[in-house]
Amino acid sequence: MTLDFARQSAYFWALLPEIVLATWTMLVLVVDVFRSSDHPEESRAPVAWMSLAGLVVAGAANAYLLSMREAAPTGMIAVDSFRVFTNFILLLAAGLAICLSFGYLQRRHIDRGEFYVLVLFATVGMMLMAGSRDLILMFIALEVMSVAIYVLVGYHRQDPRSSEASLKYFLLGAFSSGFFLYGIALLFGATGSTHLPTIGTMLGDGVGTASPVALAGMALVLVGLGFKVAAVPFHVWTPDAYDGAPTPVTALMATGVKAAAFAAFIRVFAVGLGGVREDWAPVVWVLAALTMVAANLVALTQGSVKRMLAYSSIAHAGYLLVALLSANQAGAAAFLFYLLVYTVMTAGAFGIVIANSQGDHERVSLEDYAGFGWQQPLLGAAFGLFLLSLAGFPLTGGFLGKLYIIRSALESDNVPLAVVLVLASLISYFYYLRVIVVMYMRPAASANSHDQAGLAVPGRAAIAVAAVAVLALFFAASPVMRAAESSVASLFPAAPALFGMTP
Amino acid sequence: MLRSYLPALIMLAISVANAIFMVVLSTVLSPGGRTKVKSAPYESGMDPLGGTRERFSVKFYMVAILFIVFDVETVFLLPWAVSLRPLGWEGFASAMIFIFILTVGLVYEWKKGALEWD
Repeated sequence: MTLDFARQSAYFWALLPEIVLATWTMLVLVVDVFRSSDHPEESRAPVAWMSLAGLVVAGAANAYLLSMREAAPTGMIAVDSFRVFTNFILLLAAGLAICLSFGYLQRRHIDRGEFYVLVLFATVGMMLMAGSRDLILMFIALEVMSVAIYVLVGYHRQDPRSSEASLKYFLLGAFSSGFFLYGIALLFGATGSTHLPTIGTMLGDGVGTASPVALAGMALVLVGLGFKVAAVPFHVWTPDAYDGAPTPVTALMATGVKAAAFAAFIRVFAVGLGGVREDWAPVVWVLAALTMVAANLVALTQGSVKRMLAYSSIAHAGYLLVALLSANQAGAAAFLFYLLVYTVMTAGAFGIVIANSQGDHERVSLEDYAGFGWQQPLLGAAFGLFLLSLAGFPLTGGFLGKLYIIRSALESDNVPLAVVLVLASLISYFYYLRVIVVMYMRPAASANSHDQAGLAVPGRAAIAVAAVAVLALFFAASPVMRAAESSVASLFPAAPALFGMTP
Repeated sequence: MLRSYLPALIMLAISVANAIFMVVLSTVLSPGGRTKVKSAPYESGMDPLGGTRERFSVKFYMVAILFIVFDVETVFLLPWAVSLRPLGWEGFASAMIFIFILTVGLVYEWKKGALEWD
């Protein structure tokens, strides 16, 4: 089907996955409130299952999107296979987070249906943000996503750390939204449009290229997006927010929110502002190098595994920035591939953090993992796999992802950044392997300290899926990589002309 | 390109100058002399009965949220009602979707008990 955005009704088709998911979420909200007023003490597991079903239906609608073509890239929302690919990543991230929250919410006495509704609404926001081709829609989607996430971070309101994390994230997030919006206003002032392709042609034609207004606009948009992807020096909120949030929410923030912000990042900078690459590339270069080095160095000193994983997610933002900076199709494909690997391995690792919690108590310090590998052999092996993949060891998806990123950096003659990436990864080996050493080499505090893994069956299934995916992304990576490459081709319709290099 | 924003800049300058002018004028012309009676919250009213920083029920907050919902609905629906004919069926459908989403919120609040005062 060909969509012509001159007709309003085309948007109903173009937004099909988001509309389906939003409608389903409203249904979940109403069903839950009717159920909970009759049986207030009952478990919310049916609501969680219903939410998972909604994600599956939205996934089907998303696949249907592949059969649609747009007449011209004039719409506020992109209809291309890049959007389909990122939507699948986001739906997967939300699905893993919901699976991991079974049981966990009950044990922490925060089992209410609104949790799942907020996760789904945040997912709708993420999908809109990743697919938007207009800065205003991108901003609204960013807010839809962020407001739901602010609430989710503070969901455990009896826990002061959760409330503190929520307030910190909210204040800094609102501040960075302001930066982003002001950047949009300045870009609009310089080019007369908020539509990314139009901005791209205006700046590419030399209109306002050198103007300080456009430069300031780009810088402010960069700050806004850099905050959401948690790139150094805009990362200060990350450890506190990730640490204080309920762990399934942390998993969602580290995977879904970051993936959505990165997809928006690539749409704004690599595509929309690709014509004026010389203006922003040096800044992103410094951001990427700083992020990789600083995050990995600070992660070395963390005594809490949850905080360590938070810093690890900051470091991975740096690796993804390297892929983004190699503004060629290989770079963008490597970026998508790594985003997928990163999503499954990070969600899996946070899943293990949930498995190691007991009762209302989250056990996150390094010592709490002593003997975990022997008393919970399967979960321990999975954790080892996720950590090795995060570090980038061979036989895992993380290795292949990093390899693709380094290759794309070398192809675009960005050797210094590739060297920084390799050195930063070397540093990261230490803190990832340390957890594995503690898990297997240190004796447990008592013979039954890891007897009850705090993870319900769906959570175990999520970890199994993530572990299989991490392995499959190494051993059967080529179909995924081909899919990533073809999605990226739709993103760069005029790639050679835009970047001044031959494909 | 940027020159077309000149009127906006001029308006901004005039409004800032006007605001400063008003403040300066009132400081220059006011008689001054701050007595205790003059700095009371209601100069010619009754004396305050207690502190103003009291805790009050969260129910007021609920009412405020409800008010915002309907307030925003009105803000969007009035312009839509005025231009109903030129917008046609697509505009009608969009507004109905908007009202539907708000209704879902209302049903949720109602069932949650936010509308009951006790």
